[in-house]
Amino acid sequence: MEEKNMKTKKWYSQNFIEFEKKLNGQAGSEFHKVRKSALSEFENLPFPTLKTEDWKYTNIKPILKQNFTPAQNAAPVKVTKELVSNYKMDGFLCDYLVFVNGIYDKDLSCLSEAAKGIIVDSLGNLLKKNSDLVLNKIAKLAEIENPFNALNTAYAVDGTVVYVPKNVVVEKPIQVIFLNGSDDENVLITPRNLIIAEENSQVKLIFNYEGISSKPYFTNTVTEVYTSKNAVIELNKIQNEDNNSFHIEKTQIYQEDGSNFTHSSISFGGLIARNDINSMLDGENVECNYYGLYLANESRHVDHHTFVDHAKPNSVSNELYKGILDDSGHGVFSGKILVRQNAQKTNAYQSNKSVLLSPESQVDTKPQLEIYADDVKCSHGATVGHLDDEAKYYIRSRGIPVELANSMLITAFANDVLENIKIPELREKLNHMIFEKLHRVEV
Amino acid sequence: MITIKNLHAEIEGKEILRGLNLEINKGEIHAIMGPNGSGKSTLANVLAGNENFEITKGEVNFEGKDLLDMAPEDRAREGLFLAFQYPIEIPGISNNVFLKTAINELRKYHGQEEITPKEFLELIKEKSSLLGMDSSLINRSVNQGFSGGEKKRNEILQLLMLNPKLALLDETDSGLDIDALKIVAEGVNRFKNENNAVLVVTHYQRLLDYIVPDFVHVLYKGRIIKSGDKNLALELEEKGYDWLKETEAELA
Ligand SMILES: Nc1ncnc2c1ncn2[C@@H]1O[C@H](COP(=O)(O)OP(=O)(O)OP(=O)(O)O)[C@@H](O)[C@H]1O
Ligand SMILES: [Mg+2]
Repeated sequence: MEEKNMKTKKWYSQNFIEFEKKLNGQAGSEFHKVRKSALSEFENLPFPTLKTEDWKYTNIKPILKQNFTPAQNAAPVKVTKELVSNYKMDGFLCDYLVFVNGIYDKDLSCLSEAAKGIIVDSLGNLLKKNSDLVLNKIAKLAEIENPFNALNTAYAVDGTVVYVPKNVVVEKPIQVIFLNGSDDENVLITPRNLIIAEENSQVKLIFNYEGISSKPYFTNTVTEVYTSKNAVIELNKIQNEDNNSFHIEKTQIYQEDGSNFTHSSISFGGLIARNDINSMLDGENVECNYYGLYLANESRHVDHHTFVDHAKPNSVSNELYKGILDDSGHGVFSGKILVRQNAQKTNAYQSNKSVLLSPESQVDTKPQLEIYADDVKCSHGATVGHLDDEAKYYIRSRGIPVELANSMLITAFANDVLENIKIPELREKLNHMIFEKLHRVEV
Repeated sequence: MITIKNLHAEIEGKEILRGLNLEINKGEIHAIMGPNGSGKSTLANVLAGNENFEITKGEVNFEGKDLLDMAPEDRAREGLFLAFQYPIEIPGISNNVFLKTAINELRKYHGQEEITPKEFLELIKEKSSLLGMDSSLINRSVNQGFSGGEKKRNEILQLLMLNPKLALLDETDSGLDIDALKIVAEGVNRFKNENNAVLVVTHYQRLLDYIVPDFVHVLYKGRIIKSGDKNLALELEEKGYDWLKETEAELA
């Protein structure tokens, strides 16, 4: 295994030389130093194994077995506007950004004139302009915890940057569409996203990760989110990678006083998908909501790993993750809540519920509460069950066939999570996708 | 309409129905009474196709077909309806979606066109106002957070929307206040015509003042031990069941 891992490391290190050549002069930039230092971290950090506590339910060997060519070094993939329209939310005139294998495609994207100082742009563009905004914030929040995070930073050339100035409310959701995969080769895709909401501002985002090739690829992404004082951010992530592919994302959120951050992770695809979602509640009266709905069918594996760090008093965090497991799908949830000594009057809730639709499907769940303050309310719970037979009989007794009755109960199960998504078109689309992915009749 | 012959059913190895015979013709209203635990709900659920019960003997013919051979959904689509003693809550599915799906499945089964949204809306408005139900209930999840009485009313709303051939009402009167009882009974009477039939399970004569039965049966320990006309219900109200229990002993 170690031998094999060395080969994997060598592959990405060697590719870096070619990658640097393609940077067109940017190899001398300030940010490139960050990349290079990340590369050396990548070379030194061991890959997690099943013995690594945070990875004990997720076997990453299949990801290391293959060599993925960093997208920058690979042949470009042509994507048509018609294809993009499949993923675009209806009713969204603007704004949406399209990335093909992590690289921004201006012609496929649609950005309205930036008003009121709002910035919605690609990281690539902003780095070319040596944007101070980006340089001051990027790679400052998300620490490198494992070789995957390091690999992302080393190859970070593009991604989404959203900046909302003080007191600005962005009414329409901003959609970001990542179209991933190449029919020519196995690609490594490394989007690096940065979201900054200044004091009192509000923004809603939809991030779609969509597979467009069934040749295996590896999306390895990092998203950093700054939620300033009283800012409100809703980040909806829809992961619908190809079933032969791999997806790892680390999302790191920073929250100040009175801010409100909501993350919804809807996970449909990928052979192995791992989401790390971490919030630092570094303020009072903060609200932090995590919702998740994950589907693992066939032989797919979906892992959600959350960490909510209550550092100051009077804040609330609320986590609800629901898994639908079919065939020999495997769902993992591991949620850590840390309440620091100073964080009195913290309310922290966590719940993980799974429904098993087949005898071979399985779940692992691991709550971790570390509480150092005495005046707190914390609760966590996990349930694993099947579709309710009594309810199924009741539905069937109204003339509804058993398959449709099952689908109704699946909708009912998913509803707890989906009802928190405040964009109706998105909610509808997600409900539809559930049944498409599960190959079951839609309600 | 339905002929039940020598029906035996058990749950967890315990025999609940022990040779039950009953015939209901179209146009008739039958009432089943009997002490707690005698098997009334079991009968209703065996007919509706609850798979928890195992049928060990007997046959049921419904409109010329072998009822026991059918899946619950097919029984419903063939025209059988059970108003549950304890209706189930389905959080996350609105009454709207639930009923529309049920109606369309019924229509599909009979080779008919799907109901249009407009038709559906008109139908549900008409039926729910008949039952004095708040129209906001229909956007709420099926039975979720409904009061006991609201649940029972909702069962009758479903009955009126689906318009079956045979309605089994399992203690629909329990949990209803006096006014609601009248309204619900009125709904059932509106449903009733010479081509369909109703079987009501109840403990109280009161309901039968409103839904007047042609026949009253006493179910005891899994068998019908006495049948009569509506006066039998009055007699039971007065005397209870003790005087009949000897009959049971004789039958056994
Ligand atoms: N799921 C079950 N498991 C075990 N026993 C059951 C089950 N369901 C019913 N029974 C038993 O079957 C018997 C008949 O029950 P049933 O509900 O049919 O009675 P009932 O006549 O409807 O009573 P009530 O008037 O109280 O509604 C009872 O002894 C009951 O305990
Ligand atoms: Mg009963």
